[in-house]
Amino acid sequence: MDKTSNYIIRAENLVKQVHSPAGILTILDNISLEIKYSESLAIVGVSGSGKSTLLGILAGLDLPSSGKVILDNVELTGLDEDGRAKLRNRRVGFVFQSFQLLPGLTALENVMLPLELAGKSDADEWAREQLAEVGLADRMAHYPNQLSGGEQQRVAIARAFVGKPAILFLDEFTGNLHQKTVGQIMELLFRLNSDRGATLLLVTHDTNVATHCSRKLTMAGGRII
Amino acid sequence: MWIKLSLTYLKRDWRAGELRLIALALIIAIASLTSVNFFTNRINLAIETQATELLAADLVVRSGEPIKQELIEQAGALGLKTALTINFHSVIVFAGKLELAEVKAVQPAYPLRGRLQISEQLFSGETASEDIPQPGKVWPDARLFQSLGLETGDRVNLGAASFDAAKVLTYEPDRGGDLFNIAPRLLMNIADLEATELIQPGSRAVYKLLVAGPGDAVVGFRALTSKYEEYEIQGIRDARPELRAALDRTKQFSGLAVLVSIALAGLAIAMSARRYAVRHFDNCAIMRCFGAQQGTIVKIYFTQLLILALACSGIGCALGYLGQEGLAALMSGIVSRPLPAPTLTPVLIGMSAGVLAVLGFAMPQILRLKNVAPLRAIRRDLIPLPLSNLSIYPAAIGCLLLLTPWQSGSLNLTFYSFIGLLITGLSAFLAARVGIHCLDRLRAKVGIAVRFGLANVVRRADLSTAQILAISLGVMTLTLLTLSRTDLLANWRDRLPEDTPNYFLINIQPDEVAAVKTFIKTRGGPMAQAYPMIRARLVTINDKAVNPDDYEDDQAKHFAKHILNLSMAETLPANNRLVEGEWWDDAGENLFSFEEEFAGALNIVTGDRLTFKIADKRVTGTVANLRGVDWDTFDVNFFVIANPGTLDDYPTTYITSLHLPPERKRLLIDLIRAYPNVTVFDVDTILGQVRNVMEQVIRAIEFVFGFTLLAGVIVLLSALQTTHDERRYESALLTTLGAGRNHVLTGLFAEFAFLGLVAGIISALAATAAQILLAEYVFKIDVTVNPWVWLITPLLCTLIIVTAGLLGTRKVLSTPPMVALKQV
Repeated sequence: MDKTSNYIIRAENLVKQVHSPAGILTILDNISLEIKYSESLAIVGVSGSGKSTLLGILAGLDLPSSGKVILDNVELTGLDEDGRAKLRNRRVGFVFQSFQLLPGLTALENVMLPLELAGKSDADEWAREQLAEVGLADRMAHYPNQLSGGEQQRVAIARAFVGKPAILFLDEFTGNLHQKTVGQIMELLFRLNSDRGATLLLVTHDTNVATHCSRKLTMAGGRII
Repeated sequence: MWIKLSLTYLKRDWRAGELRLIALALIIAIASLTSVNFFTNRINLAIETQATELLAADLVVRSGEPIKQELIEQAGALGLKTALTINFHSVIVFAGKLELAEVKAVQPAYPLRGRLQISEQLFSGETASEDIPQPGKVWPDARLFQSLGLETGDRVNLGAASFDAAKVLTYEPDRGGDLFNIAPRLLMNIADLEATELIQPGSRAVYKLLVAGPGDAVVGFRALTSKYEEYEIQGIRDARPELRAALDRTKQFSGLAVLVSIALAGLAIAMSARRYAVRHFDNCAIMRCFGAQQGTIVKIYFTQLLILALACSGIGCALGYLGQEGLAALMSGIVSRPLPAPTLTPVLIGMSAGVLAVLGFAMPQILRLKNVAPLRAIRRDLIPLPLSNLSIYPAAIGCLLLLTPWQSGSLNLTFYSFIGLLITGLSAFLAARVGIHCLDRLRAKVGIAVRFGLANVVRRADLSTAQILAISLGVMTLTLLTLSRTDLLANWRDRLPEDTPNYFLINIQPDEVAAVKTFIKTRGGPMAQAYPMIRARLVTINDKAVNPDDYEDDQAKHFAKHILNLSMAETLPANNRLVEGEWWDDAGENLFSFEEEFAGALNIVTGDRLTFKIADKRVTGTVANLRGVDWDTFDVNFFVIANPGTLDDYPTTYITSLHLPPERKRLLIDLIRAYPNVTVFDVDTILGQVRNVMEQVIRAIEFVFGFTLLAGVIVLLSALQTTHDERRYESALLTTLGAGRNHVLTGLFAEFAFLGLVAGIISALAATAAQILLAEYVFKIDVTVNPWVWLITPLLCTLIIVTAGLLGTRKVLSTPPMVALKQV
């Protein structure tokens, strides 16, 4: 892991504006932040506060209207779409609110996906191991619609960790889960991460989830307050 | 890496059912296409084989000199069967009577195509013969038996030898080739020729080398022979003009049907691909999130499509072969002989068309997947580009442009097909937009259920437009096929009516014309018009000597080389039309009228001065006009007609044609007895051949039409499938909110009925326009616009779409709302 800087993410003066019928809408308003390697950060805020947009930009899924993002010492905002894709493949993992498993693929195949995109030859072996770690050794051949919400999220977490990412982005990842399951998933997430030491960046409106993290930022009206 | 990924994802997508719809569309499309192609291929082979009977070969090399042995050896080396024939005129002597006959000496392999027919006695039952006359025996034809008073077994003298008249020759396949030059025939074995001592150096004889065999070898041999200046080549297409016209039309028509099949297949594929792409937006967003580059996405899906196209085209070809085999078996009672095995061409066309169709029709949709933003993983509302339902058409049209000339084999057909498609596309687009606009105003005035259906049309205006476009194109082409098919069949049937002449009377002397007419009339025969016939050779055009070598075209060489039959007429003959210049009116100078294609072949235009050599005299005149001649009829027609007076001083005989039913053939025997110099030429056998060919053509067209109809139905179903997911969701929502089944059904009915009605009106409009264009400029036939099309097409279209729509969306109604809502 290249750590020429202490920060895996440095965001400077991020602004995101979109055109709407009512005129220009500012979603992110001059946000700057730094996230250290192996840190776990929760960004909380009400719906519409801009937290998911911020996550998308920090992960290189979208570009800001102005400002820059440096991820793992690479300026994301200076890369084209394919360059950002390469970086994501090597350094970034995702867990989404609606799990975002590919419905046509089995649990195992879903976990294999990032490895296959990276051209890894032993994707199958790695994916099996990862699924076993999240407790789904006996559910590998199941399709997403044959799994419960909690199980689907475990597959998503396995998929996020399988590529050994430096940073994991989690977008409202407990939003579709039962309260009981949330605790189990959180426990699983932090247990897995204790071995790997990846940076965790969570976006959530659930303050309980945020308490598991080492740092918390609150957003409102496109600003960090 | 991406090839392995493509294969893995193809396997997964297949297992997940994502590709089944597009695969099914492709398989059925290619199966339809190759069924059509396999069958038309076999039908065309059958027709051509039958047509080759008119040559008794696939190709004939003709010369005034003996055929060189090296050429015969070259034909053998190419794997071709060969047979030599030598034709010459000679007198046959029997019991003190003389008769000029056209003797034909043949090798045992003759005829290479078709079979000889013989009878044991004059007018007894005929049987097919596999042999030629044994050495020492000859087979005179019926006319020779009659004129000489022969009985089978009598010995006749030919030159220095005598032979047994063993059988009556009743049919030889290639006899129609020189219609008006036929003297009574005597067939003999070429081995006996030397003994007759008739063929000496310088003797006037026509030497022919008949060849037959695989198509490629024949083509190769043709190319090889064309290097010899002294040989004239006759292929199937150089044979009878009326048969050539029929063959050309069959090929154009089946080409058109195949083209329509491809267009319909393409539409089905484009629609399925669009649905596939939409359903893969999420997959691509996830792949992009996990680092897939745009190029990787394109490669993965391109390879998937390519593999899918090849596999499905292969399966389609196999199914197409099976399908046509079954159908060919069904038609075995109709087709007069077993159909020949198809060539590999349909497989090549099927595989190539499958790949082209997938790339042309599906790729534009699939390419959109590379533009899926990775952010879609957290924001589902992001779609790659605003959905342009019309985006499939530029690529589709490009794809069709590539395929059309190849399929139809006609640039004219390509041009007018695209005019038709373009007109339909634009009209459909405008009409759909106008219709949707009007609907929006109508919504407030109808009940809630219908309003829901109509609202769907308005809300999905782009998709509705695309559906109307797709359905219109499909139904328009089907309607056009029906109209053109009816046109062509009616036209052919009109041109070969029941009273088509079946006898020609030739060699009628000028002073016998009136008497022969009276003879026929008093015995209740049909009134016939007699035309003067003068044998002449064209020697100069604008004072420049006519040299066959000056012409590239084989047919032109033939015209320039051979004796022509000229006629005279005061008025323009029936079935002829003036295409250039004016018909004469007591001109006082020598004028000629030329058949337009004949004139075109020899580069003759109106105003040219021509000289013909008739016997030892010459006559010069000016080309006054060009005529279009309807060669599909069996009326007497001439390439060259002179104005009255021009050919008065030259040796003239008369020709007439008449139709006699079999039971009245006796009239002809009486006529020959009364006028021995009149030669009766029985065209019944040739007519039979042409009718047989026509029947096969009709069956082939009906067959092709059936498959195209099937392809059209698949397009309709594919169109409905594109909105299936949305409909299921909406229906589930409505049901959840308390709407009854009837409510949903009424809404669907209203929607489909509107789409069907608009598509039907557009189809009727466009098909009629295209029909007129095709008839006028491609098939060159008179068109009859059928007003019923305007009523039947919209009604039928609505009925088909509503029925197919309700059947295709029955799952929408039967899926429990909870399941439908959960799956979205």
